[in-house]
Amino acid sequence: MTLLLGAVAYDPKVVTIWEGFCAFFAKHGLKADYVLYSNYERQVEALVAGQVHVAWNSPLAHLQTQRLAARRGWSTTAFCMRDTDQDLTSLVLVRRDDPARHLADLKGKVVAVGAPDSPQATLIPLSALAQAGLTPGEDVTVQVHDVLRGKHGDHVGGERDAVRALVRGDADAACVIDGNHLLFTREGALPAGAVRVLYQTPPYDHCVFSALSVGPAEQIHRLKELLLGMSYDDPEVRPLLDLEGLKRWREGRVSGLAQLDEAIERFGTIDGWLAEAGSRL
Amino acid sequence: MKEDTTLDLGALGLDAGALLLVKRALRALPTGARLEVRGESPDLGHQLRAWARGQGHGYGEQDGRRWISPGGVGRWAGAERAGGVAPAGVVERPSARWGLAARGALVEAGSPALHFSLDEKSMVWSEDAGRLYAQAVAAQWDPETAIPWDAAIPHDEEVEDAVVQVMTYLIENETAALLVPARFLGQLHPHFREVMQLLAVTTADEARHIEVFTRRARLRRTLLGLSTHGGQASLKTLLEEPDFGLASFLLSVLGEGSFLSLLWFLQEHAPDPITRQICKLAAQDEARHVAFGLAHLSRHVSLDPGLRGRLALAVQHRHQSLAQTAGLNEEVFDALVVLAAGGFDPTQIAQGYERVLTLQADMDHGRKLRLERLGFHPEEAAALSALHTRNFM
Ligand SMILES: [Fe+2]
Ligand SMILES: [Fe+2]
Repeated sequence: MTLLLGAVAYDPKVVTIWEGFCAFFAKHGLKADYVLYSNYERQVEALVAGQVHVAWNSPLAHLQTQRLAARRGWSTTAFCMRDTDQDLTSLVLVRRDDPARHLADLKGKVVAVGAPDSPQATLIPLSALAQAGLTPGEDVTVQVHDVLRGKHGDHVGGERDAVRALVRGDADAACVIDGNHLLFTREGALPAGAVRVLYQTPPYDHCVFSALSVGPAEQIHRLKELLLGMSYDDPEVRPLLDLEGLKRWREGRVSGLAQLDEAIERFGTIDGWLAEAGSRL
Repeated sequence: MKEDTTLDLGALGLDAGALLLVKRALRALPTGARLEVRGESPDLGHQLRAWARGQGHGYGEQDGRRWISPGGVGRWAGAERAGGVAPAGVVERPSARWGLAARGALVEAGSPALHFSLDEKSMVWSEDAGRLYAQAVAAQWDPETAIPWDAAIPHDEEVEDAVVQVMTYLIENETAALLVPARFLGQLHPHFREVMQLLAVTTADEARHIEVFTRRARLRRTLLGLSTHGGQASLKTLLEEPDFGLASFLLSVLGEGSFLSLLWFLQEHAPDPITRQICKLAAQDEARHVAFGLAHLSRHVSLDPGLRGRLALAVQHRHQSLAQTAGLNEEVFDALVVLAAGGFDPTQIAQGYERVLTLQADMDHGRKLRLERLGFHPEEAAALSALHTRNFM
């Protein structure tokens, strides 16, 4: 049997990555093929419908999978993840001269966020605002910068637009993942020293490989072994790891998804989708 | 665990260049040690954490202090030195993965393979390439200032017609002389840097030749002369020769070699000082083109004696495929006679005719000498020279 992997095509490089990974798996005796989806919702439904065995999921898609699969009585595991997806933080940036000192000081202000389904640039930071007593949409105006809906914020464009809005003065705060703060400065979207960090979230985790309890356990185990065995020192593998943005694969964990779980419970982010997708089961 | 090393960045932020200092400190860090990073930049912690994660380094914070523990993942494991920068560092067969890297650079393992079909030193290399390239660069001339374009053209209209016909023929042949090395340039492994540079400057020479011959033809005429089937059929066989050694032999040694005689002939007998100067300068360039062809083929023949037989066969094949064509067109031959005669008085024509016969004998003599330099016996050289295309190139 060929192990089928699902991935979302948020960028053309995704083809190169999975062609390369599948060739690597084949070389090590695992027959694998991949199916690309245009958005995570489509992929999650396909995984639960058994059309693929494993999905390379955004953290939101993993939680969606968990909830949808639970309706059929199946559990979901996150069996592997990138080193670079562990212990991320999101930042709430304000202009350097802004008098705000705490999140609560943003009351009545405009907060620029990324795509509505972006965990790092929208859901987690807005949840932090809510926890600080500011209800998004009521106590603060949420300015959405939506690039590629359904991609769960994988496209960096939304965050870049949010930061530009902050620098221009069209927004009073912008929410970005920590790594992009430095990236945008290097790219020139963010003049050095123009903004400062008002708030940093506690660490959380990002993408995971999801599989269902009813999946082909032996092959999934082999896939995990092969991933964990990939070495950055191997010149065959290194360009793929560079493209996918990691140095080594790690054992998956879901403990880092708690903040996001809390956010989608608080905002009811996926309730509508879950009801619809559940009715199609 | 070793003792921590401390780096103090002062007020310098990671978004203002401090990363360079962090990377430098990490390079110098003893194995097993951590780097403590201090600094007053307000965003230092946030940025350092994100950067370290992306690099595969560990990151820790405690009581306002921050550490990076190097992850030990190395991009440069297995990297390979792409030969040596000096000519002595040229290798027999450079790796396709060295690609466009400078000769002598350290190439990251797993770099993409670029397949250049001319990747064997024996096929392309000559120790003379670097010297010939330097000579060529030093000898570049500016057509605008090197040619006396305003000099008088004293001869009559019919002689001018002959000049324009010869220019038309030269332009066509120079175009082949530009395209043939240009095609091989794109197939040559850049590891052979000096050869690549020499081929590049050779094509630039030919571009200039095309320019000056065209400009000369247009001084008095708006219409150019004739281009014949036989001439183009001859050049087509050059363009279609896929083997670098054989093409180089047919074009540089035999063709441009014959052209050297032709350009010297024109330098001596052309009826006006403009044409004479153009041909003098072009001949200087052609001498280098011939020299490189001879140099790399002599080396190649010494390493692969079987090549000589293939060169002879190439001349014979070309002769057979051109046997049914006219070769040099009558108009060019007649134009050369008129040009060398300078007028239409029978005694002038007799002299012009005599001179063109001498030119052909000179060409044959030059070809035989060059063939002998490649190790052909005198008799074999004479036979092969006689089979050379009547188009001269
Ligand atoms: Fe030329
Ligand atoms: Fe030439």
